[in-house]
Amino acid sequence: MAVTSLDTASIAEPVLRSPSYSATVWRRFRRDKVAMIAGMVVLALILMAVFAPWIVPDDPYKGMSLRRLKPVGTPGFILGTDELGRDMLSRLIMGARLSLFMGVTPVFIALFIGGVIGIVAGYAGGWLNTILMRTIDVFFAFPSVLLAIALSGALGAGIANGLISLTIVFVPPIARIAESVTTGIRARDFIEAARASGANAITIIRQHVLGNVLGPIFVYAMSLIAVSMILASGLSFLGLGVKPPEPEWGLMLNTLRTALYTQPLLCALPGLMIFITSIAFNMLTDGLRSAMDLKA
Amino acid sequence: MLTANEILEWDTEGTPAPAKPLLVVEGLVKHFPIRSGLFGRATAHVRAVDGLTFAVNHGETLGIVGESGCGKSTAARLMMQLIAPDRGTIQLNGHDVGGPELSVKTYRSQVQMVFQDSYASLNPRLTIEGSIAFGPTVHGLPHDEAIARARSLLDRVGLEPKRFAGRYPHELSGGQRQRINIARALALQPKLLILDEAVSALDKSVEAQVLNLLLDLKDEFDLTYIFISHDLEVVRFMSDRVMVMYLGRIAEIGATEALYGASEHPYTRALLGSMLSMDPDRRTMKAPLTGDPPNPINPPPGCRFHTRCASATGLCRAIEPKLMSCGPDHETACHMADPASGYIAVELRP
Repeated sequence: MAVTSLDTASIAEPVLRSPSYSATVWRRFRRDKVAMIAGMVVLALILMAVFAPWIVPDDPYKGMSLRRLKPVGTPGFILGTDELGRDMLSRLIMGARLSLFMGVTPVFIALFIGGVIGIVAGYAGGWLNTILMRTIDVFFAFPSVLLAIALSGALGAGIANGLISLTIVFVPPIARIAESVTTGIRARDFIEAARASGANAITIIRQHVLGNVLGPIFVYAMSLIAVSMILASGLSFLGLGVKPPEPEWGLMLNTLRTALYTQPLLCALPGLMIFITSIAFNMLTDGLRSAMDLKA
Repeated sequence: MLTANEILEWDTEGTPAPAKPLLVVEGLVKHFPIRSGLFGRATAHVRAVDGLTFAVNHGETLGIVGESGCGKSTAARLMMQLIAPDRGTIQLNGHDVGGPELSVKTYRSQVQMVFQDSYASLNPRLTIEGSIAFGPTVHGLPHDEAIARARSLLDRVGLEPKRFAGRYPHELSGGQRQRINIARALALQPKLLILDEAVSALDKSVEAQVLNLLLDLKDEFDLTYIFISHDLEVVRFMSDRVMVMYLGRIAEIGATEALYGASEHPYTRALLGSMLSMDPDRRTMKAPLTGDPPNPINPPPGCRFHTRCASATGLCRAIEPKLMSCGPDHETACHMADPASGYIAVELRP
């Protein structure tokens, strides 16, 4: 049969390669100045958090009642001192660790759990989709802030419980997005063609679905990081997340609020950090989204 | 369980019996439920395919024609085992698909399909060679060999491997993409190729190139085609036999020239009457067929075509005609072609 002579082409011969999808996205992203700046801010914040113990000018835990609530610009304490006389700059730098950790971790755990739920529901369709998505819908009955507070309240204060409750808050929206993106891809003919070639569901999801759905799901999850940080700060502010004396921006806002009328600038500093971080993450997400918005 | 080669054993044992059926479809039925209400109970059924029985001979091209919604594509998806039939069987070379001898996976390596939408049927994130090589790797071919096969297939479908193997679907034209879809379907070395409106979305000059390519490939790889289209000229050009479908059933089936030359079913005649004529003196002045086909949720009783048929009588409204032989290799489902049906032509009032 003529067919047997098929596998003769050389694969050693080089072929013309077009830039891959990720290369194209990266090229478009690099041209987006706002997104690049936001990306650098995020990178700087992450580096600051990682190297915090080595770059803090003073011990962020050491207080002194003689130097309480020094204003911004005091010699030796550039950003002033807090209500217990601890160096504000050191605490802000150190606070980046917990704040970023509380912002990023729940989103990534939720990305994994919600992604799996959504992709399975979207690919399987039918009754499995109905069961999974209706269960997810129950969580949408509660506003996310309320849900986080209620869960944290029930589980008790602490970093781990905060993380758990935030993860539970973020699983439903991510699963919802993953399901809708996957359902869209599932309806395309190339999935039919892959099924027609005899591949099983796992192979099709791995080779044909993931490449098309991970991008949009990831971008959506990125946009939740800012929300997660704000929620985590909110929990700490309410005394449900991080406990004193740990430096965390939300908690710092809380403890400084008594000095709001005497040192307003000082009290606003942790809020400013939260603001900068969430804006940077949001702009980075926007840049990524428009870079990924290709016709292909 | 048989391997792909054992299924086609007779293929290598000298000359096979002439016109031995490669694929036999018997009593295929697919009704799609329409769900509504709180608990999604099926309140009605779309009778997309309602009892199809036919055979495809080895080496031939069977054309399937019909209006939109007549069940052509559902039939293709049933034959490809992409959806499960409600009733009916499919046999490949005498073996039941999904039976003890022929698994669905093996069947799928023997029967492949090309879809209408050349863009949607390629994964936008995979390179051309990656898309073509996917099927063979699923069936256990090592990656390097699958890539080699993809490249040599690209060559066969008229696309230079060096230029096209590493590119992505969106960088190509519709005709090029459809060539890739054909190469992808051929990568599993199938015996039967189902072409579901495979050239309908292409412009005429490209369509002609792809049709000629299909004819060449058919000879080269010893293929059998099921060619689904609504374009009667193209079907005539491609097919050895033609099957006309109406509302999920076969209206007429027969050798191409017999069917185009002496069609027995009024629906076939109406379809052929709607073809464009090259002769200005024989231009079609009046639409041979008006209105849309009846709703497949509630197909009319009796002959399904009687609502639009100029020759319909009380008999047609009451009794459904069976598919009957009306000539060598020619069957039709019409009372007029069956002398025993009791059909009496009535004078139509002007």
